[in-house]
Amino acid sequence: MPVVSHVTCPVCGSFCDDIEVIVKNNVITDVRNACAVGAAKFLDYANHRNAKPLVRKNGELVEASWDEAVRKSAEILIDATYPLLYGWSSTSCEAIRVGLELAEEVGGVIDNTSTICHGPSILSIQDVGIASCTLGQLRHRADLIFYWGCNPWSAHPRHVERYTTFSNGRFQKSTWRAHVSRLGGILSKKRLRRAINLVLGRDVFATPEISRELPYNMFQKKRKMVVVDVRKTHSAEAADYFLQVEPNKDYELLQAFRMLIADEELDVDHVAGVPVETLNEIADVMIGCKLGVIFFGLGLTMTEGKIRNIDAAISLVRDLNQRTKFLIMPMRGHFNVAGANVVFTWQTGYPFAVDFSQGYPQYNPGETSVIDILCREEADAGLVIASDPVAHFPKKAAQNLVKNPLIVIDPQTTPTSLMADVVFPSTFVGIETEGTAYRMDHVPLPLKKIVEPPSNCLSDVEILQRILHEVRRIRSKRK
Amino acid sequence: MTQLIVKNGFVYDPLNRIDGEKMDLAINDGKIVGKVDEKKAKVIDASGMIVMPGGVDIHCHIAGAEVNTGRLLRPEDHFRDVEAKTAITRSGVGYSIPSTFTTGYRYARMGYTTIMNPSMPPLEARHTHEELNDTPMVDKASYPLLGDWWFVLEDLRDGMIKECAAHVAWIMVATKGYAIKIVNPGGLEAWGFGQNVRNIDDTVPRFNITPKEIIRGLCKVNKLLHMPHTIHVHTNNLGKAGNYATALDTMKCVENLASDDKPVIHITHCQFSAYKGSNWRTLRSGAEEIAKYVNHHRHVTLDLGQVVFTDTTTMTADGPFQYGLYQLTGNKWVNHDVETETSSGIVPFRYRRKSYVHATQWSIGLELGLLVEDPWRIYLTTDHPNAAPFITYPRIISWLMSRNARDITMKRINKRARHKSLLPSIEREYSFYEIAIVTRAGQAKSLSLTQKGHLGIGADADIAIYNINPELVDPSRKYKAVRKAFENSAYTIKNGEIVAKDGKIVKSVRGKTFWVNPQLSSPIEVADDMKRRFREYWTVEYENYSIPESFLAASAPISVKAEV
Amino acid sequence: MLTKRFKLINESKRILSGWDSLMPKLKVSLLTGRTVDQGVGKEHGKLSEEYQESVAICHMDPEDIKSLGIRENKNVKIITNFGSVVLRLVKSPTAPHPKIVFIPYGPWASLVMNPETHGTGMPSLKGIPAEIEPALEEKVSSILDLLEEHYKRE
Repeated sequence: MPVVSHVTCPVCGSFCDDIEVIVKNNVITDVRNACAVGAAKFLDYANHRNAKPLVRKNGELVEASWDEAVRKSAEILIDATYPLLYGWSSTSCEAIRVGLELAEEVGGVIDNTSTICHGPSILSIQDVGIASCTLGQLRHRADLIFYWGCNPWSAHPRHVERYTTFSNGRFQKSTWRAHVSRLGGILSKKRLRRAINLVLGRDVFATPEISRELPYNMFQKKRKMVVVDVRKTHSAEAADYFLQVEPNKDYELLQAFRMLIADEELDVDHVAGVPVETLNEIADVMIGCKLGVIFFGLGLTMTEGKIRNIDAAISLVRDLNQRTKFLIMPMRGHFNVAGANVVFTWQTGYPFAVDFSQGYPQYNPGETSVIDILCREEADAGLVIASDPVAHFPKKAAQNLVKNPLIVIDPQTTPTSLMADVVFPSTFVGIETEGTAYRMDHVPLPLKKIVEPPSNCLSDVEILQRILHEVRRIRSKRK
Repeated sequence: MTQLIVKNGFVYDPLNRIDGEKMDLAINDGKIVGKVDEKKAKVIDASGMIVMPGGVDIHCHIAGAEVNTGRLLRPEDHFRDVEAKTAITRSGVGYSIPSTFTTGYRYARMGYTTIMNPSMPPLEARHTHEELNDTPMVDKASYPLLGDWWFVLEDLRDGMIKECAAHVAWIMVATKGYAIKIVNPGGLEAWGFGQNVRNIDDTVPRFNITPKEIIRGLCKVNKLLHMPHTIHVHTNNLGKAGNYATALDTMKCVENLASDDKPVIHITHCQFSAYKGSNWRTLRSGAEEIAKYVNHHRHVTLDLGQVVFTDTTTMTADGPFQYGLYQLTGNKWVNHDVETETSSGIVPFRYRRKSYVHATQWSIGLELGLLVEDPWRIYLTTDHPNAAPFITYPRIISWLMSRNARDITMKRINKRARHKSLLPSIEREYSFYEIAIVTRAGQAKSLSLTQKGHLGIGADADIAIYNINPELVDPSRKYKAVRKAFENSAYTIKNGEIVAKDGKIVKSVRGKTFWVNPQLSSPIEVADDMKRRFREYWTVEYENYSIPESFLAASAPISVKAEV
Repeated sequence: MLTKRFKLINESKRILSGWDSLMPKLKVSLLTGRTVDQGVGKEHGKLSEEYQESVAICHMDPEDIKSLGIRENKNVKIITNFGSVVLRLVKSPTAPHPKIVFIPYGPWASLVMNPETHGTGMPSLKGIPAEIEPALEEKVSSILDLLEEHYKRE
């Protein structure tokens, strides 16, 4: 049976590249090495496909020829004074390059999905910088791993296994075995407690208070994993220590750590619901490690404080470098959201929210970012590619997007494509089309073509090039 | 292909020993030829102008992960310097770290046609090449960072020089690289745990090898592979007071590897490695000692890394150095360690005239440029953007050509630095011929780019024409006119086509990407060994690491026959 | 005069809160985020039942469910300053997290999110104050109904 090896997985920012895909008669029949989400991608990608170009006529989306759809799209973009080109994180860098050229040509605003995930992290990096690395550096060296406001178990299922605590490096070994035996202990304890509760007629649901004391293994020399979150996620259960923080109090906690690292004393007993003694112990563990890292997620970027939270986290890491080596990395969501930032930056100087309306790149998130533009009702047309803003934007923003002429390029039918005026059926990059994408640590990897696409679908690159070409043709004719 | 004739220019072509001779150049099909049909050819009247080969930059950070992170880090750098879209050109931004298109246009406007990107983390080479694909107007190449690569450290530790050569050959092809780049050898591996090495005889932690052994080993590898360029070295202790001794040690340690007067080592941005003194207060110039050594030893080439007083962005693979710079300035700081290979760091920086240290740095660069006698072995760079953005080259040219220009700047710098500077004692002023050497001919020679840097028959028709008349203008007195002429070429011809005219881009062209393809006698063995160790060392698959040639928009491989 | 108005306001507040107590209502902090099910459901297609099953839900602490006086798999209504949505109630697998309600990313969660970016470009998608109440009589909208109701063009 033909096996395609070393396939990169076009789902999340971990961008695993060791997937094996079994293909029979141009159909993917099995997937190895992938997580549940990755496997679902490869096995179910063909559901709800957009099969033909669609154009809205009399309120209904009806099938149209490619030429008609391309012409209609070009007209929408030309006639608009401030079109919005949004998405980009789930397509290839090659497509993003054409997208930027198109945005420049039509004098629009181009923004990618980092605007609603790690946008604040980027703003913060622009304020204070960042001490980071590629993931292998951590696999080889990190002995203290923080996941702060992120849940790799659910969002990046193989992250821990491939890059951090449960991976084997040159100077640090996996703690998988120790974890399994500990897990066994925890499970039997749970069972025992449940049995006792049943016998004594106690409430079975009652869950015990979370222990604030640092377990013994946090003081050992081996690799340790700490999860900081507002709730005990699955990732927290896999951690050596779970630090529960009150909602919207991350900033206080980070600043408290900064003070403790600087050997200052705190005058309060609790910070963000955590006893100061516990924080003191954790601070000592931080200082005592050989190489520590903080992975942070939307639990920091989306909550109160936003960029200030990241400022504090990066500053904490910076401070820690005076005592030991410490690094920090955002947990990027989509498989190529890092790539979108990278391509935007090399072509325009800015990573997202780029406004070409003056003929040159301008950047001012909060003003030129998609949510703000939509909430101010400034855009008068939209092009959405490989993204589903109707499902993920706050209602007001989504409403203002769909009330304008809207072009959607997507392999699948989505809530956004259902609201569009033109829909292009594209191929799946990484399954049906080649390309390049960037892992969350900015390591570029190739996207593979595994199967032939449906006959009526074109790649994002080709669709965008056709629109760009048509825009230029109509413009030169009108002149 | 159009035919061109460049008529009546004063031609400076040092590789062919042409020194300001008034002559015509004929161009056909992108090459310099003996003769073309005068009726069919387009004629460029270059009378009263200087004609030189297109500029060659041996060391400028213009593409790749660290450059791009620099762009991302500094929106404030871009706000004040924008380029709007035209019918021919794409839009973009400057200043110290321009976007890719703008980089290409700005080089072309200055008459530069070939530029070398000196710092490519092999794991992120794909990124570098993606950006080079989007850098128009110029031919380019990249040097992979190999001085702290685990394979190199282990091979050299175990004395396996041939295996090391095979590994280096493999990575040149895998990353489409051009030369062996060494940055703070051993120090970057140590930086993985926040440490550094102190001198070239210090042991690299956990690897039982010294920087000297790395430098010597890679120098031997370089010779075994017959690489077109020498090893390209950013020394240990860069940017620290007293480091001129390290620089001298580095040059000395490969002295006995040289033969027949050929250079075997290039010390890059030497200004940053030419400091005497024990701390920033006692900093003094070590340019005299370094120049003296270089004047007596033919195995070394240098480039300047000249400081210009402006706001810029420092970025090197030298992670520990950048951390030191962050501590010194308190500016925002980026660190990016790359598994198994290297590290990097970025810190914005402003060089101030009134700062003793910065003014001394400025002086050291020019002292080196003027005290090293042989212009063929010292090249004009700013280590763009570390000591200044590349658009400042015309100012540096005016300083090299005019004592007046130097004196005027001297008057405005820090007083203590002025008193200690060696510059007032130096009379030397560069001629146009020497400028042509340090900005193109010498660099092309050092890189063995045989089609570049000269205007002989068969050379690539990459030509810069500057609107200044050497018979009428005394560059020593009219240094402002010189500066102005070099800022915007009258014509830049790339590959036989006029691409820029009077500072305007008139045609957008795509440049080639050079890379070296060493031909080994038995390459397979190494590949198997690499594959076996690959998963242990990196977090990507062997098959996804190598870049296929088709990934390069205009690939220009250079085959070399290796001795292994 | 002023004090009188204050008194009135206070009085009305008291009455209103009295009303509230008749109907079990809970003030909570709303979180959104990814789940494995959401990731898998998404790959089944945004119009699939799997997707709706995986994202038109909210995770609540068992103690909070009890205080609302309902059981798992019943519907609740979540109300914020920006809208309201009916979702199926699921007992949180990650309890305890009292007064914190989690909704996976998706069109349903978006109906109650805060679009304010505070000048960062980033809307507030976590830690939004909300009220939650039983909605036994109301249905969870299907994706098509949801689009029709909230996003239909004039």
